[in-house]
Amino acid sequence: MTTATTTYAGTRTRTPVGRRLGRGIGRRLLPGFTALAIGYLLIPIVVMILFSFNDYQGKFNFIWNGFTLKAWEAPLAWPGLPDALKLSLTIAALSTLFATLLGTMIGLALTRYQFRGRGLINGLIFLPMASPEIVLGASLLTLFINISLGAGITPPGLGFLPKTALSLGFTTILIAHIMFNISYVVVTVKARLSGFDRRLEEAAMDLGANEWTTFWKVTFPLIFPGILAAALLAFSLSIDDFVITNFVSGTSLTFPMWVYSVIRNALPAQINVIGSAIFLVAVGGVALATLIQGRAPRFSR
Amino acid sequence: MTAVVATPPRPSVLRRIARLAPYILLTPGLLWLLYFFIWPLAQMTLMSVSSGTLDTGFHVTGTLKSFSDALTKFGTQWGNSLLYGGTSTVLDFLIGFPVAYTIAFKGGRYKNLLLFMVIAPFFTSFLIRTISWQILLGDEGPILAFLKHTLGIVPVDFSILYSPVAVISGLTYNFLPFMILPMYVALEKIDFRLLEAAGDLYGSSWQTFRRVTFPLALPGVFAGSILTFIPAMGDYVNAELLGSPKTRMIGNVIQGRFLQSTDYPSASALSLLLMLGILIAVGIYARALGTEELTG
Repeated sequence: MTTATTTYAGTRTRTPVGRRLGRGIGRRLLPGFTALAIGYLLIPIVVMILFSFNDYQGKFNFIWNGFTLKAWEAPLAWPGLPDALKLSLTIAALSTLFATLLGTMIGLALTRYQFRGRGLINGLIFLPMASPEIVLGASLLTLFINISLGAGITPPGLGFLPKTALSLGFTTILIAHIMFNISYVVVTVKARLSGFDRRLEEAAMDLGANEWTTFWKVTFPLIFPGILAAALLAFSLSIDDFVITNFVSGTSLTFPMWVYSVIRNALPAQINVIGSAIFLVAVGGVALATLIQGRAPRFSR
Repeated sequence: MTAVVATPPRPSVLRRIARLAPYILLTPGLLWLLYFFIWPLAQMTLMSVSSGTLDTGFHVTGTLKSFSDALTKFGTQWGNSLLYGGTSTVLDFLIGFPVAYTIAFKGGRYKNLLLFMVIAPFFTSFLIRTISWQILLGDEGPILAFLKHTLGIVPVDFSILYSPVAVISGLTYNFLPFMILPMYVALEKIDFRLLEAAGDLYGSSWQTFRRVTFPLALPGVFAGSILTFIPAMGDYVNAELLGSPKTRMIGNVIQGRFLQSTDYPSASALSLLLMLGILIAVGIYARALGTEELTG
């Protein structure tokens, strides 16, 4: 409270030393601290890339032992790795497609129409993002187990499915990934739509375009960057997901699941190679998207 | 005039479809969430008051044994979750706020590059990043080898890996971007004229920060903290890869009961309590911070 009661005169005649100290914090300390923190964020990535070139001894790629290109020359040379990668890419592509479609539709409905129950729907969208992943995975597993045991109360409509239709594997992983991706797509698309100028559509309609033409010629091109951003986010969330997949995958192995199953017995540099490759592709993709979108990418409104 | 009122133009088919449009757009996605998010939670609630095994099947008996077990038997793991999750959230705030502040106010033309570096970890697998920490914190890894052999200021048998410190540093690392981004968004939105006004009214830079900047950033602090605390509380991968049996968190118990011992009723009760606990904690936090409105 003392600061609040400081007299104006006291503040005005602040000592040069104090002022210099304040400026020092702003000029040097903060940027220095930020650089350190960003270094902290990047170190594990550097380690990942560096150790993809490690000529390690034994089964575990833990200690630096010299440079080699061995792992990069045979990036898939580990049992189960090609299949796991294929499964991850398939799931990521399909779940991105479905979640982007469903999520964009919800986003459009929420920003362009007035209807009752909006708060409830916003809550339903928000809740999966606010729930611990472990709870999402565990509850889905409970549902799938109940369906396969014929126990619990099967949701209306799913009863027609044969009991084995939802046995753990490809389908259940896909269902889970679409589920957790929808909310992220809705939020991303909504953010893009909230700054949308409705007058552009009115202008198109005034010029004689019908609703259908207006949507595809005016609305869609304008919100497309938002949809693309949402799809990229969904893809990366899907390809990286471990916790939820761990619950619903049964014996199927996605790439993260495969990594988890392998590291008990060995730590092949191929893990680092694939990780580095995914990282470089993602960074390249973002760089490309930024270039396409123009020189000044807009991270905020 | 009256003729027009008496026979209103019949709404065309297209118009009628247009009126239904929001519902047509909403239905598929919301059904998906209803079936695969809400329904599973309901099933899990039923499961938590059931008894049985995977062989005999589970039957709802209304027993609350799973809940009493969940509350009494796992004190250590609940404590670990709260301690590790809470500590890493506080650490993330202490590290993240100055970073968000610097990028928002002093980033200049490097703003986007800095933000990109903050989210760069998202482009690498969560598991691989955690494995990288195994390498970094290893007994003969780059950090300890340097301290032990080059500088000789740390005893040779000193170890970080498999200790609570390792788990907390893994959690802190993994969720730091979630803390920085919302705080950055809140700080970036602040109208610069407000800060100028504070200066014009003879507020020192510290006073301006404490009474103008920070209060305006509170929604971001709130969003960042819950985005960090929730996944950190429920995490089990860091405790599994960087910790030991002593550092097990409640997530490890849930995972083990679901996937290894197939004790679904007690695992369900633990999951529900975890979710409930987090909701209550977030509620108290929201009340304390005075931000009723969730950003999302």
